[in-house]
Amino acid sequence: MQRLTSKLKGNKLAQIILLVLYVLVTSLSLYLAQASVTAFLLLLVSLLLLYYTELPDRLKWVIAGVVLVGVIPFVASTGPSYQSYMEVATVVGIYVAMALGLNIVVGLAGLLDLGFVAFFAIGAYTYGIFATAQAANFMPFGVFPLSGDSFWIFILIGCFVAALFGVLLGIPVLRVKGDYLAIVTLGFGEIIRIVFNNLDKPVNITNGAMGLASVKPPEIFGFQFVYPNQFYFIVLAILLFVILAVRRFEFSKIGRSWKAVRENEIAAQSMGIHLVRTKLLAFAIGASFSGMMGVVFAAKQTFVDPTSFTLLESITILVMVILGGMGSVPGVILGAAVITILNLQVLTEVTNYLNQLSLNGVISFPEALSPAKMQRFIFGAILIIFAIYRPQGLIPAKNPVFDEESLKEGSENHRKKQIKVESDKGFQA
Amino acid sequence: MLADILNTLPQVLVDGLALGAIYAVIALGYTMVYGILELINFAHGEIFMTGAFIGVAMLILMTGMGWLAAMPAILALILVLVVTSILTGFMGVGIERMAYRPLRNSPKLITLISAIGVSFLLQDLVRFITEYKRGNYILTGPSMFNSQFTIKFSSVSSSFSDAFFKTSTLILIICVVVMMVALDFFVNKTKWGMAMRAVAQDRDTASLMSINVNKVISLTFFIGSALGGATGVLFAVQYGTIDPYIGFILGLKAFTAAVLGGIGNIRGAMAGGIMLGLLEMFAAANLQLLTNGVLGAEYKDVFAFAILIIVLIFKPEGLFGKAVTEKV
Repeated sequence: MQRLTSKLKGNKLAQIILLVLYVLVTSLSLYLAQASVTAFLLLLVSLLLLYYTELPDRLKWVIAGVVLVGVIPFVASTGPSYQSYMEVATVVGIYVAMALGLNIVVGLAGLLDLGFVAFFAIGAYTYGIFATAQAANFMPFGVFPLSGDSFWIFILIGCFVAALFGVLLGIPVLRVKGDYLAIVTLGFGEIIRIVFNNLDKPVNITNGAMGLASVKPPEIFGFQFVYPNQFYFIVLAILLFVILAVRRFEFSKIGRSWKAVRENEIAAQSMGIHLVRTKLLAFAIGASFSGMMGVVFAAKQTFVDPTSFTLLESITILVMVILGGMGSVPGVILGAAVITILNLQVLTEVTNYLNQLSLNGVISFPEALSPAKMQRFIFGAILIIFAIYRPQGLIPAKNPVFDEESLKEGSENHRKKQIKVESDKGFQA
Repeated sequence: MLADILNTLPQVLVDGLALGAIYAVIALGYTMVYGILELINFAHGEIFMTGAFIGVAMLILMTGMGWLAAMPAILALILVLVVTSILTGFMGVGIERMAYRPLRNSPKLITLISAIGVSFLLQDLVRFITEYKRGNYILTGPSMFNSQFTIKFSSVSSSFSDAFFKTSTLILIICVVVMMVALDFFVNKTKWGMAMRAVAQDRDTASLMSINVNKVISLTFFIGSALGGATGVLFAVQYGTIDPYIGFILGLKAFTAAVLGGIGNIRGAMAGGIMLGLLEMFAAANLQLLTNGVLGAEYKDVFAFAILIIVLIFKPEGLFGKAVTEKV
């Protein structure tokens, strides 16, 4: 095994061939054995393998695009479980975007936010209220529900409204820090949920615990997005934008200030970093990703109610970040995918399997222990184990390494060039 | 409007005092741990909840064996309280040993995450043990101390109405007062209490003064958790029905009480708890009246969290705490 990996290392052609082979085998098995969840999951694993290959980044993006846009929808499309696969893939995408948002707040800026799902709720309700007849209850002007065309604008509006609330919540951050912040955000998350739950009187804005039903599906040029396989592409597009944005932010000036604030607030402040602005920006950007996905979520479910936005959801997103690795973009994507698939597919599959066994009388299996109900137990265990044994997560965050020599050389060259330019000037004079 | 408020005031006071007493004792656990480790022990609410379940399980067991009928109810309650507090006390020590001690030198964020993990783990552990044993995770204990009392406030002034309370409320308040006085005595007057205060002040220096810091921290967790567990039993007796998720919100509010009184300050936590209980009951009874029906009693939780946020923003050191400046 060791010899094999050492042979593979450095051999790009072999890596490509193996990867393509892997994708081919898994897609073929999914194509032939349609009901097999395993094949679908193995196909998704190819993206992880892709991450570990040593191909140039650009090629990796292209391959990932081909797999996500072409291979997965095509291979899954022929069978009866097509929509359920696409549903899983869509939900994974939504959670990845949210986890990336939380990653900015927790992983990069080091502010523990336990009410993150509130922003998701805000995004969902922003679209939900205006895309149902609900808005007519408190807005005397305008015709509601708005048509599905407005969905595209609402992605932006949801983004901005969530960012606005991020800033509003961020204002207490100015005074509160560390563990108090966790409690304040937890309180905020609960407040938002309770408010949405009770805002059916005196003016009926959110329709209370009944929720908003039959949210208009998105529409473009008369084409309606109704099925998960159609939403999959919307989510993919937003996700692409989110990942690019996160990568850009991470290595920009603001990204470095977030990391500085995370490591030591006082030191960062003394280096001239504006604490308030940096933290507020982290909250706003993290929240905006969540808000966008909230809009998509509302359109996809066509139903919004407060039970989708409980504390458990916030913790789930936190678990994704911790599992994957705080501050690490590929890690968080992996963490979000693992947890979502665990939640949606693995736990229910295992439960069904165990129920089947106990139905056949092979083992007697108490209902109380069914894995589908064990989410809290599993999440709690993941949090403790990772906190103690692997706080850096599955894929630890990497900082770009700069070669000191080449930098020096670079600046030397730069200076030489400048000197040259100057001497040129001198010569001309 | 004022007449209505005055009319319900006696009942609000009695109920608020009962709820506030519970908050106060749980707040003690938060404040003691925070004073020593500067860590919000998220699992404390769950220890309270576990205490409630252990207590109810024991009471049900004792009813099944006929002990409850054989001995005076108060004796049974004391027995259950003692056993539960010892069990939850050791549980607290175990949690500290397993989940917090290995992380004592890592960033606070990581410890906090571990604490949240413990809290979720406990919720589900209690949930599936209860569900496994009884088929349902919502548990109702045997009813005890149900006789009603009336305080005739109406004889004082006709604008008040009478307040009713159960014997269990009286027992709850007496137990809580005993616990608080005992704790106050322990912390302020005994050698171990002095060691605790020393560790809270400066861990390194305390260890130089030949104080066994680890032992003191364990002791702190034991006492805090024992008090929390005992309160759980009292809560179950007072309110009857319990489920594995009561600990989280109640713990959050108790933490609010601890912050209100100044975190790390034991007497402050007691005062903060009582105050929060009274405020919350007042809000639940009168919010609808005060806002002309815009906000209903459902908003009492929002009210409690709003207090927390306001205190943290404007007076983070709490009502009775000392402001700490951060040293570089």
